Amino acid sequence: MTVAAALRAFGRFWWDFLIGDTPELAGGTLVVIVIAWAIAHGPGALVVCFPAAVVVLLAASLWRGRRG
Amino acid sequence: MTSTLLLVLAVFAACTVEAVEALTIVLAAGVTRGWRSTIEGAAAALLVLAALVAAFGPALIRYVPISVLRLVVGGLLLSLGLQWLRKALLRASGLKAKHDEDAIYRREVARLSGLPRPAGGRDATGFVISFKGVFLEGMEVVLIVLSLGLSSGRLGYAVAAAAAAVVVVTAVGLLVARQLAEVPENAMKLGVGLMLVSFGTFWSGEGAGIRWPLADGAILGLIATYAVVAFVAVRFLQRGRVVAPPSPEPA
Repeated sequence: MTVAAALRAFGRFWWDFLIGDTPELAGGTLVVIVIAWAIAHGPGALVVCFPAAVVVLLAASLWRGRRG
Repeated sequence: MTSTLLLVLAVFAACTVEAVEALTIVLAAGVTRGWRSTIEGAAAALLVLAALVAAFGPALIRYVPISVLRLVVGGLLLSLGLQWLRKALLRASGLKAKHDEDAIYRREVARLSGLPRPAGGRDATGFVISFKGVFLEGMEVVLIVLSLGLSSGRLGYAVAAAAAAVVVVTAVGLLVARQLAEVPENAMKLGVGLMLVSFGTFWSGEGAGIRWPLADGAILGLIATYAVVAFVAVRFLQRGRVVAPPSPEPA
């Protein structure tokens, strides 16, 4: 196995592991963390928006899974 | 104290689920290719996994600021947890086939029996199959152990819980001398998914600067909230589903 092939296999392993067939969850997690950062600098009551954003992300992914 | 107990439970259950899946592959390799090379392969994989935790755990604690660590590993935990939870909810609602250890075992035995065997000495196929099975299933556990252990500052508890799960699953597997098909894998996956998503929300939120009400107690509130959401989601998804047959596909 060449170095390039080994690197490709390594990259493919982590891609499958972290993203796989649910890229919306990986990308969505980044979005909800940005939301968390924005909430942290706002009024304390907004804290509930963070788990709410996680629920919306899960629901969207389940909806996609239901159809697929 | 409560969050430590939840952390230990989450790691133990996650590691149990993965260990059951690895055990199925190890048993299939052992029965068809001989036990010596199979056990050596599994032991080598466990050593590599332990070395990864030993290498990255203390280094990350020492060199990365705790807020950055919590944000990054909390996000990783959240992403992994959502994947587990999504899969478990789709399976619980019948939209995705459940993981069938018996079918996987039969398929692996049939596949490995057909491969040529060396005349004597070690069997490279048995070693590689066993190594890959344990290593690939174990990598997810390593990530969970590192992310939960590092973000909570309780890496030792997380490692101990993972090691205990490996010992328990191996001992039970050896005692009953077969794969553990009766383990309620999807229910455990659902529980682990709920805890990972809750810990991931909590720690990534802390890393982003959120001050949770009730401090660590907020984790219990998050678990309860997500559990209600999971219950509602399963009921909703069950409407109009087509029941999928058990699948031999890997988890």
